[in-house]
Amino acid sequence: METQTDLPPKAAAGLIGVHGVTKRFPGVIAVNNVSLTFHPGEVHVLLGENGAGKSTLVGILSGIQEPDEGHLSLVGKKTRLASPLASLEAGISTVFQHSMLVPTLTVFENLILGAPWYDRPPRARVAARMEELKREFGLSLPLDAITGELSLGQQQQIEIARALLRDSKVLILDEATSMLTPQGAQELGERMQHLAKSGLAVIFITHKLSEAYRYGNRISVLKQGALAGEIDPDELRSMSEDRAIEVIVRMMFGRETDGTSTEHRQSSARDETLLEVQDLATQGDADVLGVEGVSLAIRAGEILGVAGIDGNGQKQLAEALAGQRPAMSGRVVLGGEDITQASVAQRRLRGLRYLTDDRLEEGSVGAFPVSENTVLKDIGQPPYWVNGIERPNRIAQHARDLIQKFSVKTPNETTPIGRLSGGNIQKVLLGRELSGEARVVVFNKPTYGLDLQNIDTSRQRIAEIAERGLGVVLISTDLDELMALSDRIAVMEGGRVRGIVQNDGSGEALRLRIGRMMAGEDEQELATA
Amino acid sequence: MNMKNDVNPGALDAADQSTDNDGVITERSAFQRILTVTVGPIIAAFVLSAIILMLVGVNPLTYYGYILERSLFSELGLEQTATRMAPLLFLCASLIIAFRAGIWNLGTDGQFLLGAVFAAATAPLLVGVLPGWAVLLVGFVLAAVVGAVWSIIPALLKAYQGVNEIVTTLMMSFLGVLLASTLVKLAFRDPSTTVPQTRTLPVDDRLPRLFDTSISSGLIWGLIAVLAVHLMMTRTAFGLRLRMVGANPAAATHAGLSVPLLTMATFALSAGFAGLSGATEILGVAGNVRANWNPAYGLMVIPLVFLARFHGVGSIVLVFFYSALLIGSESAARRLSVPQDFTLVLVACLLICLGLGEYIDQRKRKKER
Amino acid sequence: MGGLLTEAFLSSLLTGAIVAAIPVLLAGLGEQMSEKAGVLNIGIEGMMLMGAYMGFLVAFETNSLWMGFLGGILGGVLTAVVMAVLCVRLGLNQIVIGIGLTLGVEGLTALLHHFQFSRTYPRLPAPERLNIPWLTDLPIIGPSLFGRHMLVYLALLAVVVLAMLYRRTNLGMTLRAAGERPAALDVAGGNVLGIRVFVVLFTGAMAGLGGAYLANIGAGLFIPFMTGGAGFIGIVLAMLARGRPLWVLIGSLIFGAALSLTTALQVAGSNIPTDVIQMLPFAAVMLVLVLYGRRAKLPAALGAAYERGAR
Repeated sequence: METQTDLPPKAAAGLIGVHGVTKRFPGVIAVNNVSLTFHPGEVHVLLGENGAGKSTLVGILSGIQEPDEGHLSLVGKKTRLASPLASLEAGISTVFQHSMLVPTLTVFENLILGAPWYDRPPRARVAARMEELKREFGLSLPLDAITGELSLGQQQQIEIARALLRDSKVLILDEATSMLTPQGAQELGERMQHLAKSGLAVIFITHKLSEAYRYGNRISVLKQGALAGEIDPDELRSMSEDRAIEVIVRMMFGRETDGTSTEHRQSSARDETLLEVQDLATQGDADVLGVEGVSLAIRAGEILGVAGIDGNGQKQLAEALAGQRPAMSGRVVLGGEDITQASVAQRRLRGLRYLTDDRLEEGSVGAFPVSENTVLKDIGQPPYWVNGIERPNRIAQHARDLIQKFSVKTPNETTPIGRLSGGNIQKVLLGRELSGEARVVVFNKPTYGLDLQNIDTSRQRIAEIAERGLGVVLISTDLDELMALSDRIAVMEGGRVRGIVQNDGSGEALRLRIGRMMAGEDEQELATA
Repeated sequence: MNMKNDVNPGALDAADQSTDNDGVITERSAFQRILTVTVGPIIAAFVLSAIILMLVGVNPLTYYGYILERSLFSELGLEQTATRMAPLLFLCASLIIAFRAGIWNLGTDGQFLLGAVFAAATAPLLVGVLPGWAVLLVGFVLAAVVGAVWSIIPALLKAYQGVNEIVTTLMMSFLGVLLASTLVKLAFRDPSTTVPQTRTLPVDDRLPRLFDTSISSGLIWGLIAVLAVHLMMTRTAFGLRLRMVGANPAAATHAGLSVPLLTMATFALSAGFAGLSGATEILGVAGNVRANWNPAYGLMVIPLVFLARFHGVGSIVLVFFYSALLIGSESAARRLSVPQDFTLVLVACLLICLGLGEYIDQRKRKKER
Repeated sequence: MGGLLTEAFLSSLLTGAIVAAIPVLLAGLGEQMSEKAGVLNIGIEGMMLMGAYMGFLVAFETNSLWMGFLGGILGGVLTAVVMAVLCVRLGLNQIVIGIGLTLGVEGLTALLHHFQFSRTYPRLPAPERLNIPWLTDLPIIGPSLFGRHMLVYLALLAVVVLAMLYRRTNLGMTLRAAGERPAALDVAGGNVLGIRVFVVLFTGAMAGLGGAYLANIGAGLFIPFMTGGAGFIGIVLAMLARGRPLWVLIGSLIFGAALSLTTALQVAGSNIPTDVIQMLPFAAVMLVLVLYGRRAKLPAALGAAYERGAR
């Protein structure tokens, strides 16, 4: 791939600089001391998993958030971007992960959004500029169409066109391919290269490895808010795709030396099959990917890992298993009993438990005390309720036991759960799912966003659960975690299971094989390659 | 009364989900918080109102003193205050259910009046046909059913179409008020009077008075209603389900609750209690409904329930003081020549001051992080 | 019924319709802009009442109707300032504050009016009317259409001006963006809070002017609680009109005509209660909501405060 051959030698400072930037949110350090420089004429890829800090960085560059520490620079001069307007005026345009268009307005209106209210819409001028853009970049848009009625790909083109109409110098594309078809993504890749050649600095945020290689000139890898590595243009050009992906995978998922236990667990799997999923499919829509043709079997004492880059149908699978999301076709069988039509409560009673990845928005009610949160899934059930009347002492006692057993740090059981840290909320939820007669537990990203100590405890608990003879489905985006805990690993991509591999703890080779499946290659193809 | 940033009243106290590393926020002293969010604003509101009184040339101390004397320190005043509380208490019960379950039922006025009119239309006809207690029972049940029926359209639209209930309940309220008035003038009109009004329930057939006083026993039923609703919302499985839907619908779905069905139940209960409120006023005190009668208690009680932070006992206390204020200011209107509408000013000041207090408190907490 | 259709009857019907329509037209135009931008202004009733009070007071003291109208605008805007500060800047709940403001203004105006005029209810002199030779002399429509106070024509002009602004400038689109997806407007460089403060103040001005018309022209005096839900009718009209000023005008005329017709019919001895006719606008809103349900064109962010970066 040839790029930037005819560019002037670039200034060492670059166009925008990020210098030692740190951003904290309650409970997490979203971006930790990151320094980056973006150059004109380059497609600079920011690669990382969900929660790696990419979106926060985008927020900082587009003026939505301001860093707690560190600063930004513009052509070498220290600068502040205190509002979206300041960012736009500095020549930075952003195409956000979630469309920032007004669906009820026309394309034309969205293109000029933000113009002074008293002005007349510059219809003729915009139409003329759009003609130019059509010639130069192949951007063709129906100006009078209602935006919400267009495809997501076209909507994205509106946002790109808007950036170009503003004569931006920097274009940020946040997870821009996540909503596009493979062909659409390909087109976008070519368009980015074209834009970079015309002198823009393009910042492309993605979690997809192959895209990073194919469309980027420079790759920076973020991991847990910090910069994990960088591949500069010369280096990148000299690598083959396989080699590049290998290097990136190592940066993203590489052996951690941070002390979490990643040693391979001894299998405790027995012969008895507890949960069987046959050809399961769920309905997808514009916002949510559906899963399709998923077949899995979980044995007692076994941990089945589900790997995959975030947003490839793992959550929908978990919800379908828990009964929160109706199955379109297929069967779910728990201990020989068909539970495909069973409700959430019925499945829970039969021992199927689901620990959601969204602790605050879904798993808990922040304003309710810890004690009530421990029984939210058993409302009306004895012994906590008798004839519908609450037994506060029973609930409090249960909560105190749980707090002790799972070493939850809280002043007492009456504290609103929203005041606790993420790790402690997670312990409460875990305790809730394990209470009573659990048989199969589905974990969705159980250690996501926790600190090291809590990660370690959580993993130990998951291992213990399996040793007790329960079946475990462990959904995670952390490959180290999966390789340390799982007996087998299923890899999901695009709503399908791309393959299931035996986890023999064989290290690098297996890791790479899983990484390739996560990038969308089927197990069979890999086997024949 | 966490009014910040949310149209969903049930999530009012859910707004603040702060976390820090492995522990709990270091609170400012509880005393300081109470000062900013309750005591301070209440004092500020009374001072603000006092300033307004002074501006129109009334000595606020005399005025406040007179109100106290008339409503709380005289036997008759106290009895009137207690009687006035009954319909307001039922409305509190109605709003506590709705607000705790995250529903803005702004339609209580319509539900109240329709309940009142149907109770007034039926009860007098049944006198002599049924025993006294049964007449009252039929009146109350009918009022509750009519109130609930009047909320069906907003309920269905909210539960299954996601249409904002603020607008729909408000519209249905205006419709209900007008329909009630039409019914009084046409279908339910007492043929023996010239002024349009319903037939009158004889005093002997109304709710009995308490002991030797003039207090309507509606007060007891109202107190029972508020306490029962409070206990239901805080102590039963059903109440917790409703509160969970109000505080976090996603978590409710996650826990396997049917959010639409619980939403329908909330509307039915809330509107039913509003209907009961209308019946208490008619079967307990007024005896009939005159055309165009609309005390507009519903909108008035909303700030009170809000100020009580949806708490049953808190609401009862506020309703007591508000009734006293109403009775006292009616008397003051005659003697001190200060219109009774001044109570509205006082309530508005309270609401604004408490809102500001809440805001200041949140700002301080944010800074501490 | 032939006896009803006399010239005097029709003329008074038309006059009554216009007099009743103008206050709700002005309030509706204000509320329409506010709802477009995502602020459900339930305090409009209070703003209108404050406008009526201040409008009357100023007109009474200065002996000038025009000064009175200015006073009405000022009254509405002052009330709106409270709403703008509490709901837009501080993000407090729009519904609770709206209800609170309305109640507060009801009490305050009743109190002030009582102490200023005791129970005398002084009247303003009859307003001077426009007199266009020829047109005003036409039968039936002459006095009712062309013999009204100047403000009537200014209100009609406001309909045209607003319609033009919404169509010909970026105003309409900016407002809709603030109401549908404030975050989208924000990242495009627009000023969401600024726009919302403006629409609240604008609603206050329009409602205040409507209130002043109600007091000074419609009634000729101030009576406590005199708006009697006219502000809420303004909310209804704004919702039915789906963003078009002309529809607010049509709606307000139909409302005015219905009101005027029922009064006229009652005078003529019919026994259909006015309530039945008054139910129509509310029933129409409900019908629209039932039929279109989810797709009812209420702005997506109606009633929600906006804070940048909040998730």
